[in-house]
This record gives sequence, structure tokens and C-alpha cells, in this order.
Amino acid sequence: MSVAQRAWGAVPDSVKESDRQLIAGVLLFTYLLYILAQTFLAIANNAAILPAVANSLQNITFLIAVYAIMALALNLHWGYTGLFNIGIAGFMAVGVYSMSILAAPATGSPPGLGLPIPVAVVGAVAITALVGGIAALPALQLDADYLAIVTVGFSEIIRLVLNASYFAGTVQDPEASGYNVVDIFGIQFGTGGGQGINTPTSSPADFLYSTTSLGDLLYGPSGDPNALGSAVYAAAESVGVNSSVVNGATYSFFLLLVVVTLYYVLLVRIGNSPFGRVLKAIREDELVAQSLGKDTRWFKVKVFMVGCALMGLGGILWQGSFGFVNPNTFRPIVTFYIFTALIVGGAGSNTGSVIGGAVFAAFLFEGPRQLARIVEVLVTSVFGSLPSPTTFYAAVVSLNPLAWLGYTIDNVSTLKFVFLGAVLVYLMQNRSDGLLGHRKEIAASIDLSDRTPRKRESAAADGGESDE
Amino acid sequence: MDVAETYSDGRRLLVERPAVGLLGVALLYLFVDLMLRLANVPVELMGVEVIGGTLAVSTFGRFLLDGLIVGLVVGLAGVGLSMTYSILNFANFAHGDYVTTGAFSGWIAAYLVGAFTLGVEEPIGRLLMIQAPSLVSAFSSPLAIVVGIILAGLGAVLTALFLDRIVYRPMRDKGGIPLLIASIGVALALRYAIVFIFGTGSRGVTATGSIPEVAIPTGDGTIPMNLHEGTLIVAAVVLMFGIHFLLQRTKLGKAMRAMADNKDLAQVTGIPTERVIRATWIIGGALAGIAGFLIVLERGTLSFNIGWRLLLLIFAGVILGGIGSVYGAMAGGIVIGIASRVSLVWIPSDFARVAAFSVMILVLLYRPEGLFGGVKTA
Repeated sequence: MSVAQRAWGAVPDSVKESDRQLIAGVLLFTYLLYILAQTFLAIANNAAILPAVANSLQNITFLIAVYAIMALALNLHWGYTGLFNIGIAGFMAVGVYSMSILAAPATGSPPGLGLPIPVAVVGAVAITALVGGIAALPALQLDADYLAIVTVGFSEIIRLVLNASYFAGTVQDPEASGYNVVDIFGIQFGTGGGQGINTPTSSPADFLYSTTSLGDLLYGPSGDPNALGSAVYAAAESVGVNSSVVNGATYSFFLLLVVVTLYYVLLVRIGNSPFGRVLKAIREDELVAQSLGKDTRWFKVKVFMVGCALMGLGGILWQGSFGFVNPNTFRPIVTFYIFTALIVGGAGSNTGSVIGGAVFAAFLFEGPRQLARIVEVLVTSVFGSLPSPTTFYAAVVSLNPLAWLGYTIDNVSTLKFVFLGAVLVYLMQNRSDGLLGHRKEIAASIDLSDRTPRKRESAAADGGESDE
Repeated sequence: MDVAETYSDGRRLLVERPAVGLLGVALLYLFVDLMLRLANVPVELMGVEVIGGTLAVSTFGRFLLDGLIVGLVVGLAGVGLSMTYSILNFANFAHGDYVTTGAFSGWIAAYLVGAFTLGVEEPIGRLLMIQAPSLVSAFSSPLAIVVGIILAGLGAVLTALFLDRIVYRPMRDKGGIPLLIASIGVALALRYAIVFIFGTGSRGVTATGSIPEVAIPTGDGTIPMNLHEGTLIVAAVVLMFGIHFLLQRTKLGKAMRAMADNKDLAQVTGIPTERVIRATWIIGGALAGIAGFLIVLERGTLSFNIGWRLLLLIFAGVILGGIGSVYGAMAGGIVIGIASRVSLVWIPSDFARVAAFSVMILVLLYRPEGLFGGVKTA
């Protein structure tokens, strides 16, 4: 730890104070590590370096962006208002499924409403906000731990209903015994049940690279790349990067640079508005906020709806971008990933949310796998080969440390969760503020603990600068 | 006077909270509907069946039995959750994984004993990893089941005490939410530590072919019940009575109630709070582990997420019974179990768990202190 502290101490104070520089620094550091790791792996595996690095970077950028988006959305609930919502997966599911159903063609299986994609996205966000409001109305009178249980129960109800074959819409013959199309006033649709449902596009970057007409923009592009697309694909092809990596990278950087920024700005705006100050007052002491004449229940319902809408949109941009989802995508573990990201970064701080998303995605979620690959390459080059025992028992009784290592590397995707759990426990015991929680958005419009004479424009975008 | 008070209470409730009244009407409708269905009386209005229908008593009986079985397991596991909730003041999301831990440790023991008593030639590795298929039944090797139950409890207790020592004890003075988040971390770590050792595959563990079965006659058919279901019911009921006596007749029970009521006051009066907390983990962990072993005995398959899948049902039972009440947890678990199965009379089986969770949410909304709340029996 002391090494980390010393490294942290070596970072210039100006970088720590400026949120933009801090985020950029963390991203740069992450990218450098990944470039080094992938270059090493590519050389070890005799693969082309550039495509491997490009693919890895677009993948990690996507993960960083989506976890940052979701952590920011959760920060509105948990960091600003203190609402312990662990039903995030459910609200994401509502967003993604609403969009898919609204956009699916009426003749498809399951049938949908056939609306243009932008309309479907806006509609889905509105539906998620509505569902969030319905969940919030009664649930918010409860204590934090009850709210937790209700929200996780609610998200499981959503998942189980989506998983049920009863509303699947796959048997479309009204005379057939398993007829399961939902029909409300002649509008027919279905959820796809356990088989899942198609989302409108599997490659969102096509909107940029393949759109040639208004119809493409409304209903999803299909067909050959446009002038921009052909130029970019050709340029990428010349260095050995194929078009799917280009599409992925384009979308990932769109999420990171545009969407995360928009979320961040929106949250800072909300946080600094009178509305946001009431939210933070609720977090600090709801009774005081009430006695100052604020109808805290109504504020909580509103913020719950806004946060759920952001979660729904985040879900659409994340799980809705693969072309296909099924209900198993929205198991409660996704919620815990997002919570871990926020807690690592520091609940209450927007910069912390983004950094938490990046640290979680790059080091906790994806890191163990990459580390295992590197270790495997190193060990193989030193010892020739690495045994991979089939069971834990076989590994243990072999009394061979190499077999133990081999078993560990084979099961690193499992071990990742143990590690994740240990990190959560460690943070709760020793640093419940996370990395940047000490800079959480304060409730007052000015920092009351800050005794230095106030300079104009000195306040960081994050609001707080009391850095003891 | 009592009656009049209740009556005016009821009227005030209806005026102030119409949703409660609506819920009452809905429950009444379902009850009448169920009675009419059992009596095979369909009531039609303008060609549409509005209430009643047909339902074989034997089918309904089987729903009830299934519900009772799930409910007993949920109730048994819920005792520990309820006790830690009231004494340590946090919702322990790792409790479901104590159930899993107990199930795995119990079945390893049952496999070892079973293979020994039955004289099965299996390499020890396959027994320790519970890989030999469908080995043990309560009929062929009852000793294995008894040893399994004991070791299931022991395994879960040791795990719970160990985790308390390294995770929860350093955090005693923190609030409920940090503890809750830490327990989510514990749940993840424990569950995937089990996966790391045993893998994600689901395994059949009970010899299902040769278990004796009784058929309970119901007039229009029979309700089949096998030995494993019987074992589960007997073991669960015996344990519940055991807990009752332990908490009612010993000083420990009194100390627990005192701590749940007011921790500081209990400490001032000289109650050794840490020892009471340890006893809480021991009782709660043992019951959770045994519940895990029993549900696997009844279902016949063992997998790493049985406890996690039960967790929300356990929460539902505990909340229904009123947090802190041991009898409430037992009764709440049974009600939740029966509600989730009897709901199949009206809804497709896809929605059984949805029904149970909905009951939990409704109770939290309209009676957060639980059905038996206020009377902290133990």
C-alpha cells in the first residue's frame, strides 16, 4: 500500500485537483498498461501487434464507458440522494426490452410496434422513468435496507416476467395452444421469453458509416458503407484492422467521449441546481430537509425517475448494442458490478464515478483475465508447458505448484468474483469513501469547511475541494 | 370493548388506506374462488367464468405439500437471517451462501459415509468432489443422511464464524449499509470460492430410484410423498421445536432478546455481547446449513447457486414474519413457501417466484413490521 501511496503522492497536485486531468490521467495510464500487455502477448503469440492492440483497446474502452455511464446514473441515486437502489439490472432490462419491442417490426417473431429507432429509444427511456416512478412511489417510504430488498426483488420480478414464456410472442397463431402474443387494444407484441429478443442493431457505428438515406437513420442502416465508411474501412484495412474492430472502436469512443461527458455534465448541473441541493440535504438528514419545508418524498420520486431513465438509457447503449439480449443478461450480479464500480470510485463524486468505472472495468473486471494470460505466457516460456488439472482435487493432490497455478489460471474467471468480493469487503472496512469519496458533492452551495478566501472560478467542476 | 376497538380500527384503516381494503377484497375473492374450485363449482356470468372452476383436491394437496416443503426450508434458513438482522442490525446478503456452504459440506460427508457403508468402489477424489453420480438415499444409507445433516450444520457454522471474525467483527460500529455491502462482497467471494473448488455444474446426488413412497388418499386421487420429503419435514419440525426450547428455556435466548432490543443497555447489564453474537452465528449458521442439506436431499440436485436462489425467498419469509422474531421467520417462511406454490392454482408456474416476491413487497409496503411483528417472541 505504501508504494501506491508514494506513487499517488508523486502525482502533481494540479492533476489531482483538476477533474478533467485526473480522468484523462487514469485513462492514459490504463491505455498504456493495456498497450504494453497486448504488445507483449501479441509478440509472444506471433500475432500482428496493431490489430491485437486495437481490438483490446476498443474492448476496454467500451467496458470503461458503460461502467462509467452506469456508475454516474447510480451516483444520482446513491451518491447524491442516498437511495440504496440495488435493482439497477431490472431498470436496464426495462429500457432495453422497451426499445426492442417498440422498434421490432410488426411481422417479426416476437412482433413489435415497428417504430423508428430514435422514437423507440426515447419511448423506452420514458417507459423506464415511468416504471421507476411506479417502483418508487410506495418503496421510498422505507428505510435504506428495506429499499434495497424491495428494489432487488423488483428487478428479479422484472427478469422473471421477461423470462416467462407466457408473454413471449413466439406462438403467433391465435388457435394454437401455446398462443402467447400480448395483445392490448390490437397492438401486439412479445418479449421473446427465455429465448431473448433482437435489439434493432448489432453494430451502432453503422449509423455513421452506412447511413445513406433518412430511412437508414430511422430504421437502422443495412447494406454497403457510405463514402465515409468506405474511406475509414479502407484506411483501417491497410494497417490490418478489420471493419468490425473499427465499428466497435467508433462506438466505444462515442460512448466514452460523448455519452459519458453528457451524463457527467447533466449530473453536475443537477447537483448544483436547487433541486440537487435538496437531494444532498436528503442524503445528509432527511428530517432536517423536511423541517425546512421540502416535500422530500416528492423529491425522491422525481430523482428516482430521472435516475431510472438514465439507467434505462445506459442499458440501451450497453446491452442494446449487441443485436440480441436475453433475460439472463440482467441477473442481480450486474447491479453489484455497477455498485462496486461506484464504491471503488467513491459514491457522491462524479469524477469518482467515472474513475471508478474505469478502474473497475480495466482492473477488476478485465484485469484478472489479462494478467492470467500474461502469467501463462511467462510460465510456459520458462517451464515449457503448464499442466491444467481437470478438478480442484486433482490439482491439490498432485502436490505440484505448477498444477496449482495451471488450475488457477484456467479458473481465473471464477476467481475474479472472489477477488471482487474481497475488494468490496476491504473497501467497506478500510476505505468506505472509495478513491475520491472525500470529494463528494457537498450539500451546501458553498463549501462551509473551506476557510480560505474564495477565488473566482476556483471551484472544481466536482463541487468540493476540501482535500485534507 | 376489544371488538369495538378492532372494528373502528378496521374502519379507519379502510378510509385512510384504501389500498389495504382493496388487497383484502382481492384476498377474499381468491379464497372464495379457491373454495369453489375445490368444490368444482364454476360460476358463469354471461358466458364468462367469473369465479370458481375445477381443481382436483389431490392437485391442490400436492401444491400444499410442495409449498410446505419449500416453506420449511425457507423458514429454517430464515431463523439465522432474522437473528443477525435484529442483533447485528444488517441485512446479511451472504446468508444464502451459508446455505450453499452447508449443503456442500454436508453432502461431502454423506458421500464419504454412504460409499463406506454401501461398499461402493469409488476413488476418494470423486467422492470428495461429489462427482460420483446419485449415490446416497435415506433408504439405503440413513447413517449417511444423519452424518450429512450434522456436518452440513458444522460446515456452515465454521464458515459463518470465520467470516464474522475476518469481515463483520472489525465493522461492528459501522452502520447497516456498509455491513450490507460487505455482506454482498462476502456472498460473491463465498459463492465463487465454492465454484472454484466444485465447478458450476449441477450434480445429481440422491439415489432416486429406490426411495419408498406413500400415497395419501384425498378422495379424488392421491398425494404422493416420498421418504426424502418425509425426512425433510420431520427434521425441519424437530429443529424448529429445538430452537424454540433453546430460546425460551435458556439464558441465551433471553440475552438475545435483550440484545435485539437495545445493544448498549444489554452490554451495561453485563451480557457478554460478543459471546451472544457468536451464539447467534452458530445457531443461524447451523440451521442455514442444514436447510441447504435438506433441500438438496428433497430435490436431488446440488449446485453452487441453490442458496442464492433461495435468498430472496428467505428475505421474504423473514420480512413477512417480522424481523427479529424467530417464530415469525419460521411461520413467514412457511407462508411464503405455500403462497408461492398455491399461487399455481391461478397463474402459470413461470410466475411462482414472482408471486412470492410480490407478497414480500406488499408486506413491506403495508405492514413493514411483519405479520407477527411487535411480539418479539425470541
